[in-house]
Amino acid sequence: MAAESLEIAKQTAVAAKYIGAGIACLGMAGAGIGLGNLFGQFLSGALRNPSAADGQRGTLLLGFALTEALGIFSLLIALLLLFAV
Amino acid sequence: MAAAHEGHSPIHQFEINQLIPLKLFGIDASFTNSSLYMVLALGIISFFLISAMRTGALVPGRMQSMAELVYKFVADTVRENVGDEGMKFFPLVFSLFIFVLVLNVLGMIPIPGVTFTVTSSLVVTAAMAILVIGIVIAYGLYAHGLGFFKLFVPSGVPWYMLLILVPIEVISFISRPISLSVRLFANMLAGHIALKIFAGFVGTLLATWSVWSLLSVVPMALTVALTALEVLVAVLQAYVFAVLTCIYLNDAVHGAH
Repeated sequence: MAAESLEIAKQTAVAAKYIGAGIACLGMAGAGIGLGNLFGQFLSGALRNPSAADGQRGTLLLGFALTEALGIFSLLIALLLLFAV
Repeated sequence: MAAAHEGHSPIHQFEINQLIPLKLFGIDASFTNSSLYMVLALGIISFFLISAMRTGALVPGRMQSMAELVYKFVADTVRENVGDEGMKFFPLVFSLFIFVLVLNVLGMIPIPGVTFTVTSSLVVTAAMAILVIGIVIAYGLYAHGLGFFKLFVPSGVPWYMLLILVPIEVISFISRPISLSVRLFANMLAGHIALKIFAGFVGTLLATWSVWSLLSVVPMALTVALTALEVLVAVLQAYVFAVLTCIYLNDAVHGAH
């Protein structure tokens, strides 16, 4: 009986791990919204003033990397739950 | 589970192996594959820069143009973000940028069983971030004395707002080295794990030896696309590390804004 309940506890822990990884991935939605906003705003700005767009490409890529990093943080938590816990 | 096999786990590639065991004063200072990659990166950087600038021609050749491009790129970044007074930190920013860049790109070259991305170890990126923040604090105190702490007190704010704003500023300052190191580390770790997982799909689908094997083209194409993205990320993260270093140094050089 005790061994059986231990087995159930183990299975529950595995299930909780997968559920946690799934929930952690939801954080990437924020990064998706942010990246869409970033490139959308850049595009609308660039279409209004195409001559100034080239000078801001570095800022755009910097913003891309900074925004993407926040999504990567939640992906990292998910991956750690899947493979390291 | 197939992923749990020895050598096929996505995080197996981040394992640190001792190549030459070494103990110094009770501290494990072994020469590991991580150290090997760092020495390799140092060798590549030194060879590239020294051989490129050996001739020092007025009209640069191919190698010299490349070295000058990298130099000018970092110099412009420093000048743009810190100003001319910041150019005394140019050697620091240049070293950090090119070291991180070469380590990131070396990690993208797949050699079975050997490839190791040094920047995917939190201990390495944290050491670099602590170095940067240490220099910011030390130089800020040296240049502005205790006035450096005005950084935490925004000007033109009523006193009762300061009760909330000062702790926020302090927390944001303390979280800088954490976010600086975790950003680089997490990008490299997550990118390489994602690559390995997608590459694993190719093998799993092929191994069925059925109609499903034909579908392995899809994850293969995704792996190629991800590799391209990861090369972009490897270069971008080195640039981001350098730019953020410049922005933090700006606070130390120019004090409270």
